[in-house]
Amino acid sequence: MGQNITSPDWVVKVTGLTKSFGNQRALRGIDLEVRPGEFIVIFGPNGAGKSTLLNVLAGIINPSSGSILIGGRSLQDNAEEVRRQIGVVSHQTFLYGNLTAYENLEFYSRMYDVPRCEERIEEVAAIVGMTSRLHDRVSTFSRGMQQRISIARALLHKPAIMLLDEPETGLDQQAIAMLWETLHADGAEKRSIILTSHNLERGFELGERLLVLDKGKIVYEVFKKDLDLDGLKTAYQQSTRVSQ
Amino acid sequence: MARKILLWLTLVLMMIALYMVFVYVPTEKEMGIVQRIFYLMVPAGWLAMLSFTIVFLGSILYLVKRVDKWDIIARSSSELGIVFTTMALIVGPIWAKPIWGVWWDWGTPRLPATLILWFIYLAYFMVRSFAAEESRGARFAAVVGIVGFVDIPIIALSNTLWQREQFQHPGALVFQGGLDPKMTLTLMVSIFAFTALYCLLLLLRVSLRNAEIEIRDLKELSD
Amino acid sequence: MNFWRKVIAITWKDALSEMRTREIIFSVLVFTLLVIVIFNFAFGTSQEVIVLVAPGSLWVTFAFAGVLSLNRAFIPEKEQGCLEGLMACPISREIIYVGKVVSSLLFMLIIEAIALPIFAFLFNLPMLSLQVITITVLTTVGFVAVGTLFSALAVNTKAREMVLPILFLPIVVPIIIGAVEASGLALAGESWASFSSWLGIIVAFDAIFLVASFLVFAFVVEE
Repeated sequence: MGQNITSPDWVVKVTGLTKSFGNQRALRGIDLEVRPGEFIVIFGPNGAGKSTLLNVLAGIINPSSGSILIGGRSLQDNAEEVRRQIGVVSHQTFLYGNLTAYENLEFYSRMYDVPRCEERIEEVAAIVGMTSRLHDRVSTFSRGMQQRISIARALLHKPAIMLLDEPETGLDQQAIAMLWETLHADGAEKRSIILTSHNLERGFELGERLLVLDKGKIVYEVFKKDLDLDGLKTAYQQSTRVSQ
Repeated sequence: MARKILLWLTLVLMMIALYMVFVYVPTEKEMGIVQRIFYLMVPAGWLAMLSFTIVFLGSILYLVKRVDKWDIIARSSSELGIVFTTMALIVGPIWAKPIWGVWWDWGTPRLPATLILWFIYLAYFMVRSFAAEESRGARFAAVVGIVGFVDIPIIALSNTLWQREQFQHPGALVFQGGLDPKMTLTLMVSIFAFTALYCLLLLLRVSLRNAEIEIRDLKELSD
Repeated sequence: MNFWRKVIAITWKDALSEMRTREIIFSVLVFTLLVIVIFNFAFGTSQEVIVLVAPGSLWVTFAFAGVLSLNRAFIPEKEQGCLEGLMACPISREIIYVGKVVSSLLFMLIIEAIALPIFAFLFNLPMLSLQVITITVLTTVGFVAVGTLFSALAVNTKAREMVLPILFLPIVVPIIIGAVEASGLALAGESWASFSSWLGIIVAFDAIFLVASFLVFAFVVEE
């Protein structure tokens, strides 16, 4: 069924989402709406289900129940078309070490049917500041450089939604700063971002709306303008302790 | 209740089958007394096929519907299947030795085919234990259950084509209708009795597994 | 058309990576040659014996080479989470399967194209006839169809390297029987008609397992 209820209010609408791995319940009823251009940060302890949630939204993992509408279309029914609107950056780079950066980007442009891919590859490489190393093998890059190419890969098809699953893992301070800069370039104002993070300070700095996920449920939700960093820290501790 | 009825049915059928195999049915004139193993061998082979058909169907339903019930049925049936396949592989050679003079003959299609079947379903078990999580193991096992079952007709066909007619397998005799009516009747009763046994064991295994899951869930709740 | 464009992109990516490292083709080729040499030692120098055992040792060698190279097929996809990257792409899971089948087929055929002449040379047999080549290509398609499915499965288990042979070898038994018999007849100088039924089994195996694996592949990679 081609659902075309395009609402200007949200680009992602998740209702009653659950995911079980056998008898282990990773997500227990998630409801979430994301507006266009919104920056959402999801905090939570290890094993809270952050990665699972992002993988489900990316169409990598199938949900057990619940519905996901992205751009007004159901992820379950139009998986391939919906995945086209999403860019994923994970703590893994999804890059082939034996290929050059350019070959990796070229491969993913073909997968996403990017038009005029040579130009677009040059463009995204410039955004992440990797133009000079484009023809070197990815395995020769440092972790930070690999992650930059990984961001370029996620930007290739101009996704409306970016999913970032702890992208800072293993990066130094400078690389992290670079990472956030690049996210704000390339038409970022229309792009919705969902980021998962361990780092309360960093997440507070970046996000507009902050969520805390624990044991597969959203246990706390707040707009940044409504509290300060200390407030967030207290709230985080309380909400994750309460549910234990 | 259903279990009680099935239990009694199996018991009665088994008694009748035993009576028929040892008292009622005449001794085969060429093969002698050993031929009576036949009434155990054929049901074992039949149950091997039946249980793997159930594994196949359960696997498909599990992958499509993702309901644990189907995996539990497929898994329980595979356990019975491997027991009956093993039984066929043990009883077969016991029959073959006095009659053909050898325990094993590669040239008779049913023997190697049964052995390959046994290996495929051994793989079905192993893949489950090799998977990191239980749900993944169930999924992988279901894939092996489907692919393995699809392989059976080709295995049978290639083995039939491959055989060098040396010994006659009793299976062929059944289909040619060269069996004494008393023997046919005994065989039928025996097959019925074993099928009832299979149903009973499957039912017990499934309810045992359900109980295990219930206990585990309760334990988790109390943690 | 779009389907095949993406399949080719995946194959091209694998081929490019293989050209850089020669990880699969080179090491499997060395393995293959070693096995051939060892078979020669095992069976002695008599030409009659060699004619007898050549088809068997050819297919044992290729089956093991297949296990070895298919074991590597999904390792690059696992290293930096690339399989997840592919699954996040707007392509169906089946494209991933077909892409990997085509690249594994390509690698295997290259290995066989080098090994067959060496086989012919060392065994002093006419291995390079159209008949043997046809049998080889068709059988390799069957190997790769099953092997790619199980390789994707094995890479997600704890004991990667052990899982593939345990799953792969029993399933491919019928096509190995077909290939051994058909190439035996072909090497003996028989006509196409003499082994047409074996070719039939090989082609049936290819068709059944290409379809079955295509259908269940999504269940292997998807949580």
